Amino acid sequence: MKKEEALALHLADNNLILGQRLSEWCGHGPVLEEDIALSNMALDYIGQATLLFKHLAEASGDTKTEDDWAFLRDAWDYKNFLALELPNGDYAFTIARQYLYSEWYHLYLIELSKSSNTFLQEFALKSVKEVRYHLQHGRDWVLRMGDGTEESHARIQKAVNNIWSYTGEWFIPNTNDTDLSATGICPNVESLHQTWMENVQATLNEATLQMPVSGWMHKGGREGKHTEHLGHLLSEMQFLQRTYPNSKW
Amino acid sequence: MSYSIQEIWEFLKEVEDPEIPVLNVVEMGIVRDVQLEDNKVIVLITPTYSGCPAMHAIEQDVREMLVELHVENFDVKTILSPAWTTDWMTEEARVKLEAYGIAPPQKGSADKNLLMGKLRDVRCPRCKSSQTAMVSQFGSTACKSLYKCEDCKEPFDYFKCI
Repeated sequence: MKKEEALALHLADNNLILGQRLSEWCGHGPVLEEDIALSNMALDYIGQATLLFKHLAEASGDTKTEDDWAFLRDAWDYKNFLALELPNGDYAFTIARQYLYSEWYHLYLIELSKSSNTFLQEFALKSVKEVRYHLQHGRDWVLRMGDGTEESHARIQKAVNNIWSYTGEWFIPNTNDTDLSATGICPNVESLHQTWMENVQATLNEATLQMPVSGWMHKGGREGKHTEHLGHLLSEMQFLQRTYPNSKW
Repeated sequence: MSYSIQEIWEFLKEVEDPEIPVLNVVEMGIVRDVQLEDNKVIVLITPTYSGCPAMHAIEQDVREMLVELHVENFDVKTILSPAWTTDWMTEEARVKLEAYGIAPPQKGSADKNLLMGKLRDVRCPRCKSSQTAMVSQFGSTACKSLYKCEDCKEPFDYFKCI
């Protein structure tokens, strides 16, 4: 697999796994509007994953389709960030993840839209428009919960604290990234860290929340070393293809 | 059968948007180009949102229309660039949208106000009041937000800028 394709796979997996997680809220949202919002965002993520998987399928030159990438791989083949595969938890946890990740993804896509790789550039320009809405939604809810009731404040603070140790790997480039960013194909994720911290700090301040202290961080998603949660997610998402191989819908 | 590029464009105006049947795929800005290469008709389409479920149906509808016209040699290709924007919607399409009960998108999608949450007035498609409020940024489809009118009290969809 070429270096650009390995990067596209990582981005595709991020989108697919978070999209699948968010879709679990469909029919279970705390209020109707949020049920619809999360389902809409899930659709955006799965749409973006489809664009990337289609590109990978075409690049591979064999008869693979985007569905092969989504349904015929096992947990260790997935290269998504660990944070995105964690169970949804309560609504505060879902929102904390949405907000922190959207801040990262938004910055990442802005940089990726300057890529010297035509496909990645076009993908980023398309996706950033959608992610802008996700960021606004996540931020609004962090403010509402943080600056809300005692209960909502406590819950969103706990959620931000709990997810914090999963944000570290978003800013660690692997050797593939380092090679690609040297030639202007992808952003250097280390360089996004400061802006991300500033944006998050500003939101948490406004929400009357405390910024967690960065300590030990989880990592491994990029190498296919996942939490136990990914296997469970895949067993549901891939059920049909695993039980009835090659079946067509 | 062979048709001119102009004729193909006219036929494409018969293809409805499956989610908003008062609009066709040309006035939506989904059809980006029609090309003729060695007698092969190539229709370029672009998705509104990455995950828009209507795209598959639209591609299918375009293909079916070309088959019905007995165009033997054709291809329908999806392109991502330039990324679709609500600014491409024609004035006629905006009028039709409002008459259908969906508030049309404001012009200037790249506006930074969007990110900062400063929305300009959205007019109620029923009573035309500008006393409206956003209920949720996300509505019945990826391309719409949910609004309510403070005057006539009706909820309505707003085609959001992208």
